Amino acid sequence: MTDALAMAARRSARVGPPLGAPIGPPIGAPIAATDEPAWVRRTVIGVAIGFVGLFVLVPLAAVVVEALRAGLAAYGRAIAEPAALSAVKLTFLASAIAVPLNVVFGVAAAWAIARFRFPGRSILITLIDLPLAVSPVIAGMVYLLLFGRQGLLGPWLTDHGIKVVFALPGIVLATTFVTFPFVARELIPLMESQGAEEEEAAIVLGATGWQTFVRVTLPKIKWGLWYGIVLCTARAMGEFGAVSVVSGHIRGRTATLPLHVEILYNEYEYQAAFAVASLLVVLALASLVARRVIARRVEVI
Amino acid sequence: MGYTIVYLSLIVLIPLATLVIKTAELSPGELWTLATSPRAMASYQVTFGASLAAALVNTALGPIVAWALVRYQFPGRALLDAIVDIPFALPTAVSGLALTAVLAPTGWIGRWLTPLGIKAVFTPLGITLALIFIGLPFVVRTVQPVLEELEPEVEEAAAVLGATRWQILGRVVLPALTPALLTGFALAFARAIGEYGSVVFISGNKQFETEITPLLIMTRLEQFDYAGATALALVMLVVSFAMLLAINGLGAWARRRAGHA
Amino acid sequence: MTIEVRGLSKKFGAFAALDNVSLDVPGGGLIALLGPSGSGKTTLLRLLAGLERPDAGSAWIDGVDLASQSARQRNVGLVFQHYALFRHLDVYENIAFALRVRKRPRAEVDARVRELLALIQLESFERRLPSQLSGGQRQRVALARALAARPRVLLLDEPFGALDAQVRAELRSWLRRLHDEIHLTTVFVTHDQDEAFEVADRVVVMNRGRIEQVGAPAEVFEHPANDFVMRFLGHVNVLEAELGDGRARIGDVTLAIDSAPGGPGRIYVRPHDVELARAPADGALAARVVRVTPLSSGLKVDLSVPALGSRLRADLDWERGAALGLRDGEDVFLSLRRARAFARPPSAAGEDTTADAA
Repeated sequence: MTDALAMAARRSARVGPPLGAPIGPPIGAPIAATDEPAWVRRTVIGVAIGFVGLFVLVPLAAVVVEALRAGLAAYGRAIAEPAALSAVKLTFLASAIAVPLNVVFGVAAAWAIARFRFPGRSILITLIDLPLAVSPVIAGMVYLLLFGRQGLLGPWLTDHGIKVVFALPGIVLATTFVTFPFVARELIPLMESQGAEEEEAAIVLGATGWQTFVRVTLPKIKWGLWYGIVLCTARAMGEFGAVSVVSGHIRGRTATLPLHVEILYNEYEYQAAFAVASLLVVLALASLVARRVIARRVEVI
Repeated sequence: MGYTIVYLSLIVLIPLATLVIKTAELSPGELWTLATSPRAMASYQVTFGASLAAALVNTALGPIVAWALVRYQFPGRALLDAIVDIPFALPTAVSGLALTAVLAPTGWIGRWLTPLGIKAVFTPLGITLALIFIGLPFVVRTVQPVLEELEPEVEEAAAVLGATRWQILGRVVLPALTPALLTGFALAFARAIGEYGSVVFISGNKQFETEITPLLIMTRLEQFDYAGATALALVMLVVSFAMLLAINGLGAWARRRAGHA
Repeated sequence: MTIEVRGLSKKFGAFAALDNVSLDVPGGGLIALLGPSGSGKTTLLRLLAGLERPDAGSAWIDGVDLASQSARQRNVGLVFQHYALFRHLDVYENIAFALRVRKRPRAEVDARVRELLALIQLESFERRLPSQLSGGQRQRVALARALAARPRVLLLDEPFGALDAQVRAELRSWLRRLHDEIHLTTVFVTHDQDEAFEVADRVVVMNRGRIEQVGAPAEVFEHPANDFVMRFLGHVNVLEAELGDGRARIGDVTLAIDSAPGGPGRIYVRPHDVELARAPADGALAARVVRVTPLSSGLKVDLSVPALGSRLRADLDWERGAALGLRDGEDVFLSLRRARAFARPPSAAGEDTTADAA
């Protein structure tokens, strides 16, 4: 126990004294045999902060500043504008359909892959990774090829008066495709590492498959599931390329929030574009925070 | 369970099958012509060129960020760690808009570039900068866990054996990081190739100059030239799958290399 | 090749890892730093290697003050418990590393590596990667790597701790033979008493950052300087007693003992110093056999002794054990051939006084 304490104390000591502290060797000298000289350390930290600050923080700050440039009133108007509001509604609606679909699929697939060996297992695994490897434009394109007016099923759909592309169903499908992997990829390694003993114990104790799933499996994967849901939702709401292909960009009707931003930009309504974009920024930051909080829970369990 | 899986897989499988069908509709000769049209070739150059440059920059600077996060303590370290995730979490349209605003001649950074004669928007440079933004988390997050796992004893052993700090970094640390660097590069590159949202705002989409392949596909679709789009999509898919194989292969190689010692 | 340490101290935060330690290691000696976890033995080793800087005190190797040298300048050989081999380099390059960073010519490197490969008997393994070696082989490569640049001193940090028992035993004798061959001043750290006794010329017993005793294995075992050394080395029966006038009183029983300070203290008796007999003798105590256990070296007898109010352990050799033919539950008589007494140490929280009786 004291040995571990000494090791831990030694490890934290390697990092160096807090800035300005008078103890220990002079700030310029290396602390341990395997540390870099101080000037190297400072340069590396400077480059890291500079690189990330320049490429990430500056653009992010720009969105916020530009959105509020014309004042809060103008900001409020841009957000409350009918077309913007319907973009919000459409985004939430599409996500509200796509995410649960992918959750159900993700849980089912993860359970099957982690617990069983079956023919087609590796195909399923590859399939799950597929949407991540494909450009979003291509993801949207395949639905166009299928359901578009000149697509395979196009004529049939027109005859029956069903609109898939340039309407909600197409958007939902494209969103589902693109966010397909997230829940599954989160759960598979989690379930594999958790092992099946508890489920086996439940079955021996007389539980049915469904009971085992609800009472034993679900609680164990709870936090991993939430993490996947947050990832999935964030991506669903922010998806641009795939939805852009299938939606037709009809302002106020088939424009999701990201598409609405593009529409405003193309119409030179920059301040409004930034205002709407800032909503998405808030969403993104919220999802990041949620993920960090949840990630800690996943580790604990 | 099984039905759920199959049913939902159809959402992915059937459209992909459509792609296969559409591809089959074209003869190899047609496909070739469409895939190698001058405009298409220009778009490949823009896309692959910018993606490569961006991935290289990220592979060079990413490890530095990861090193600072893992090895050093400094004020704002936790914040920096969180910020690295932002390009991955931000909707691509927002990224594109923000980058354009910042790099425009009147933008926060753009105004420093104009006197130097550097144009960032509507140029391949702008595209590259956008792709650097997109790929930043990939390299950092791939290298970070490997750095965290490095045993301090190995560096200490090298020090006692007489190596200078630079020798330790070059002979011991870098070889250990190489698999992760390659994987990170491949991930950043693969993502950059297919990137659409963050690039279309800043690129200006000038034919032959700043038109990326995904955008060209989009244009073809809008013109109902499904054949042309399919041909281009095929090229992109082939490259994407090659990258996917490379990434998985690198991952497996890295795991083998890191076997117990 | 001599090592001198004077007043070395090192703290990590509030934890005193090393407290005013002084030591002399003669050239060509093989000494073991022996002690429980947290005793400071690894810290001392790392200070000698240059991986840590002391807060106070100095150390010299061959008369050179180590404060003037960084880790890479000291030319000591260091072997870690978990090998710390370079995973991406094969055996040859691992061993060659020290010479490569010194930019030695290829012929010299090759000659030296081959010499060492022969020494560790792994000539045909030179292209193997560490992941393809067994634990014992890896440790031998780590040793060869440490020896490559002809260090003045060899330091080993629990070198066999990560290996299983049989490999450990083999490597122990191998290390001893190696030392007899090359006579390199060697310091190794261990918490295993058997290992220290088997390998080292002299043993340095450490506890809580201090040196308790230094001496040859037999000397330290037979004549422990204080109660920590007595308890740490081998098994010992511990009894609380009142000391004074060459006697110790435990309850109603009075025992003659070697020398003792007055006041409350403890009696320490080694299990092999407990004599058993069927018939009562002068000064013998009645006891009941609780359990007889055969061990590889003899018979272990657990006894309960009502007069002392505690249990004792006696170790008998096979001959004596057979002669007595003891069985669980039988009554016997015991006398103590030798007992040491030490004053009760200042209260250490959680010290278990009966732990060693078993």
